[in-house]
Amino acid sequence: MPDVKELPKGQLYKSLFQLPRWEGLVSGHRLCAGCTAGVIVRHLTKVAGPNTIVVNATGCVEVSTTPYPYTSWNVPWIHVAFENAAAVASGVESAIKVLKKKGVISDDYKVIALGGDGGTFDIGFQALSGMLERGHRVMYVVYDNEAYMNTGIQRSGATPYGAWTTTTPAGKVWRGEWRPKKDIAAIVAAHRVPYVATANPAYTLDMINKFKKGLDALEEGPSFVHVIMPCTTGWRFDPNLGITIARLATETGIWVLYEIDHGNYRVTMPVKKRKPVKEYLKLQGRFRHLRDDEIAVIQRMVDEEVERINKIVGKEVIGPVAP
Amino acid sequence: MTLAVKEEIRKGLRKPMPMSTNTAIATAARDLDVDVVSAYPITPQTTVVEKIAEYIADGQLDAEMIHVESEHSALSAAIGAAVTGARSFTATASQGLALMHEILHIASGGRVPVVMSVATRALSAPISIWNDHSDVMNARDSGWIIAFVSSAQEAYDTVIQAFRVAEDPDVLLPFMVVYDGYLMSHTMEPVITEDREKVLAYAPKRDYPHKLDPKNPLTIGTITDPNWYYEFKYQQVEAMKIALEKFREADREFGKVFGRNYGVLECVHCEDADAIVVANTSYATTLKYIIRDVREQGMKVGLLKMKLYRPFPVEEFLKATSSVDTVLVVDRAISYGAPVQGPLASEINALYHSRGLDTKVVSVVAGIGQRAFKDDDAKYMFKLALESRKAVPEETIFYGVRK
Ligand SMILES: Cc1ncc(C[n+]2csc(CCOP(=O)(O)OP(=O)(O)O)c2C)c(N)n1
Ligand code: SF4
Ligand SMILES: [Mg+2]
Repeated sequence: MPDVKELPKGQLYKSLFQLPRWEGLVSGHRLCAGCTAGVIVRHLTKVAGPNTIVVNATGCVEVSTTPYPYTSWNVPWIHVAFENAAAVASGVESAIKVLKKKGVISDDYKVIALGGDGGTFDIGFQALSGMLERGHRVMYVVYDNEAYMNTGIQRSGATPYGAWTTTTPAGKVWRGEWRPKKDIAAIVAAHRVPYVATANPAYTLDMINKFKKGLDALEEGPSFVHVIMPCTTGWRFDPNLGITIARLATETGIWVLYEIDHGNYRVTMPVKKRKPVKEYLKLQGRFRHLRDDEIAVIQRMVDEEVERINKIVGKEVIGPVAP
Repeated sequence: MTLAVKEEIRKGLRKPMPMSTNTAIATAARDLDVDVVSAYPITPQTTVVEKIAEYIADGQLDAEMIHVESEHSALSAAIGAAVTGARSFTATASQGLALMHEILHIASGGRVPVVMSVATRALSAPISIWNDHSDVMNARDSGWIIAFVSSAQEAYDTVIQAFRVAEDPDVLLPFMVVYDGYLMSHTMEPVITEDREKVLAYAPKRDYPHKLDPKNPLTIGTITDPNWYYEFKYQQVEAMKIALEKFREADREFGKVFGRNYGVLECVHCEDADAIVVANTSYATTLKYIIRDVREQGMKVGLLKMKLYRPFPVEEFLKATSSVDTVLVVDRAISYGAPVQGPLASEINALYHSRGLDTKVVSVVAGIGQRAFKDDDAKYMFKLALESRKAVPEETIFYGVRK
């Protein structure tokens, strides 16, 4: 195993330069040019280090990184099916536990389950809940591109209100997705797991520290990190805009960065003055069909969510929309 | 059972214990020192897992039990555990096996040596908790080794053999041990169990060669394009061939070590028979019990008890039935709308034809949803087999149904 210096338990990164040069996910994969999944997963493996096992659900990351006979993975990696990453990871974790107890292995590997929004919010939801409820020491990371991208941009339970997808097209009757996004992190938090967080690749330091905290929490139980993941192909934007759009998601209050650490809710990236949601929406082809009145509905939905969060925190961590 | 073992029992050196097949299977898992058990309750499998839970709770077995939220996750977790190097066991039936279906193929394609017991039960709809073989027949092409067992003792022994064969580095295929729900799962029989050391010497834990191990990172379960996929699948074809040889050897060795073995199939009175009845699991036991009577009545019939089903022991089967012109196959599942609607009969028919043989095959479907099959029914099967020598019924006989 490569000798990679890990940040001790309980410590957080102060700078990205503290990350190892070692790569857990190397280049040569087939993710679309401009896909933000690579940035997320690469940083995830750097934080976890080589003493890690990754269980991947079917989806863009899985197919793009493992076209046989090639692989981008420098850590042991397994894909079994679409809906069962959490169940497979439960098995891996249980095996490590019992084999360690029986003296067959000496190390305690970190186990990470990685799934897309479809594989997590929808078809993998039951397996995820089971894994969390049973307390397996697995960090589950969902990269959320808000649709089934691998099969061609179909809506999922994570698709936001108003978004065009190939199964919620915008026409005379339908105006894109008409239901709000499922609040998966809240549902996970209801399992009372030690650590839950939302993350964003545009706020890299915040994201890697959430991975770090999630991994540190494995001593006690499962953890969950929900990462927004702009998808150039499905969201219909120029490949150089992925991180810009990711940042706008947080700046507009659409993607609030928070953590629930042992039940303590904290917004990790306060926003003094919010940008109007229109700035986020207008860069993406999937919202191109929206009229101003429809955009106003989305703005109102975000305002309400921000108000709800400020109430939880007890002060205004996310400010009003700046004119 | 060898005479030596019988003698030991007579002398009181060994004491058979009363057990259901479910308990016998759980006890085999205990004696094999399985590391991970992940299972979900379904009648009539449940008491297997309950018994294993008791063994763990009492400290008789040191294993992790994963109380999964579905059978789909049960097999998925068993795969995860096996691929991490743990000896993994699961058990199911009926709807549970159907729910696992997707993962059955992944276990075999991924060459993961999970062992699973299946207490066969009918499939919905309408819902029936009673026995037939719809569930296992629905899974027959999933690439698993499949063995039918006919007694609690054979179940105990076969689970032990299953781990030895499945985990063999030249095989690496998942293994299903199949028996009858209720008719076996919940009926008591005497069972001899073996010492753990002896069991582990016969079926030693081996290092899984494609383990998830940070010291040697492997990528498992990749996307495989048309240039490669077929070769992976053909390797499974080859592995099945090896599995047949390994199973034969494992069975012989089991006989040497424990004084009991069953062969890949068993043929009773086949040498001089005019017609043979083919059956498996508890039906084979009932037919075997009745064959004495019908023989005494002068009917020259034989009984072929199918044990190993996948891989199919073609050579043994052809040899055992070589002297007869007619076989009657009792199926407990329906292949709806098929030319021959008993799935096993259909395969056996195809086998004879592929070898240029004109042995006639009578297809009988019986015991659907546990429609009773008693001694008289067993007798009738032998009679029908003989009568069919003159004229084989053209269509599958749905025995015992009210039309
Ligand atoms: C049981 C099953 N149903 C459907 C599919 C087809 N399928 C493969 S990937 C995928 C979409 C994955 O979506 P998501 O989890 O959001 O990941 P992404 O592709 O967006 O990265 C679907 C529907 C499958 N592989 N298995
Ligand atoms: S479709 Fe989207 S998520 Fe998939 S590889 Fe392309 S950019 Fe990434
Ligand atoms: Mg997606």
